[in-house]
Amino acid sequence: MEFLSYLINGISLGSVYAIIALGYTMVYGIAKMLNFAHGDVIMVGSYIVFIAVNQMGLPPLVAIVLSMAVCTVLGIVIERFAYKPLRGASSLAVLITAIGVSYLLQNLALLIWGADPKSFTSVVGIPPLHLAGGQLVISGETIVTIVVGAIIMAGLIFFVNNTKMGRAMLAVSEDKGAAQLMGINVNSTIAMTFAIGSALAAVAGVLLCSAYPTLQPTTGAMPGIKAFTAAVFGGIGSIPGAFVGGILLGIIEIMSKAYISTQLADAIVFAVLIIVLLVRPTGLMGKKISEKV
Amino acid sequence: MALLEVMNVGIAFGGLQAVAQLDMKIEKGHLYGLIGPNGAGKTTVFNLLTGVYRPTEGDIILDGKNITGNAPAKINQAGIARTFQNIRLFDQMTVLDNVKIGLHNQIKYSMWTGIFRLPGFKDKEQQMEYQAMKLLKIFDLDKEANLPASSLPYGKQRKLEIARALATNPKLLLLDEPAAGMNPSESEELMNTIKFVQKEFDVAILLIEHDMNFVMGICEYIYVLDYGRIIAQGTGESIRNNPKVIAAYLGGD
Repeated sequence: MEFLSYLINGISLGSVYAIIALGYTMVYGIAKMLNFAHGDVIMVGSYIVFIAVNQMGLPPLVAIVLSMAVCTVLGIVIERFAYKPLRGASSLAVLITAIGVSYLLQNLALLIWGADPKSFTSVVGIPPLHLAGGQLVISGETIVTIVVGAIIMAGLIFFVNNTKMGRAMLAVSEDKGAAQLMGINVNSTIAMTFAIGSALAAVAGVLLCSAYPTLQPTTGAMPGIKAFTAAVFGGIGSIPGAFVGGILLGIIEIMSKAYISTQLADAIVFAVLIIVLLVRPTGLMGKKISEKV
Repeated sequence: MALLEVMNVGIAFGGLQAVAQLDMKIEKGHLYGLIGPNGAGKTTVFNLLTGVYRPTEGDIILDGKNITGNAPAKINQAGIARTFQNIRLFDQMTVLDNVKIGLHNQIKYSMWTGIFRLPGFKDKEQQMEYQAMKLLKIFDLDKEANLPASSLPYGKQRKLEIARALATNPKLLLLDEPAAGMNPSESEELMNTIKFVQKEFDVAILLIEHDMNFVMGICEYIYVLDYGRIIAQGTGESIRNNPKVIAAYLGGD
């Protein structure tokens, strides 16, 4: 029973990683860049919800929609002013810019909201679920996180495969040049990808802070890195890969904390990543990269 | 007025003048050939016309509008579509989805409609499916609609590229070596398909091809390129007997 409870918690944490990892993996698939500022968009999203609920007294759902809107705009602005001018530049230049944007967001948050941690009140109003005669207790946050994660995943897979914007995203990720010559506006497709990824980051931020209720300017950094790990673990560029990678990473982390050591949990997570990459360099569900002759 | 007017267009890569003083006139609904020895600059001409390269001099006028230096997506929307010498399909996507990519600007709905499946979404997607299947049928690819594009045999991949380009509803279709690697019966069949497309879609076609029987068989007017310059133009008969063309192909002074 204890094991089951850990497993459910792992899936819940993993769902958050998966939602964040989707942002990394979609942007990588289309723009071929690692957006290391993605984790900090989560932090901004969480602050927006915190302010909207605690200071403006808005209902949680309205606050979440507001936060998604702000993050969407933030994502588009970051892409437009930091990354778009670097289209065609070396990937190292883009990577360093992304790290710069990450520090910029963290320090702006520090300036605006201060360094002291805010205690985030959960936006989930669902009571915990008692199963098996009270032996297994699942918190409302856990249930909501898993459900939201599943909905986002299903929705995104539908969007990418069955709408014309989704197909345009796939086409751009495969061959930017050919897509352009078929009349697809690559810039707006990339902007849309950033918008979707950032809106999802806002959702992830709310779920994360509802489960782990401390909010400070560096809140997004560690989940960001872990979600990036999840994306690589699952095969970066692959949407189902991000999902599988996220869930597995969440389970591994919670199990390590429960059965091995709380201090070593993060180390174990990253060790697993290293082993996976040694055995399968393209990740669990990554496409094989074949050399063109 | 001609559909496409290319006036004194040239491009230099550093010190290398790849194409110079290019003048072409393409009339609506006619079939043109662009031939020349290897390295003459034929594909470069296609890249100039489709916006992949920005000409260093000259003007390209499509349907009265100056499209010189426009981005490739914009030029495609203005009415020029192309295929590639080395096939560039979206390999991971299905045959059907490849054609749907071509239809991207033909059938419109907003991102919100797509995300929330608002009314109209199903209609528009069905319309897209219908048009895509209609195109696939013309090229006898409808049975393979749901296979990944990469699984098609070579000849069918070439056909799919033409179908995808046609889906963008072009006024001018550029075909880069459509018969490359085809056997005589396949290339005969392709000739008929191209003639059919020209009539059915009322589209002007400019094609690059090395197979002279193919070019002479279907092109109404031929441009001959050598060292980035037009050295001859005219009907198949006049090109065949032009001493400059013979010299360019066979060598000579």
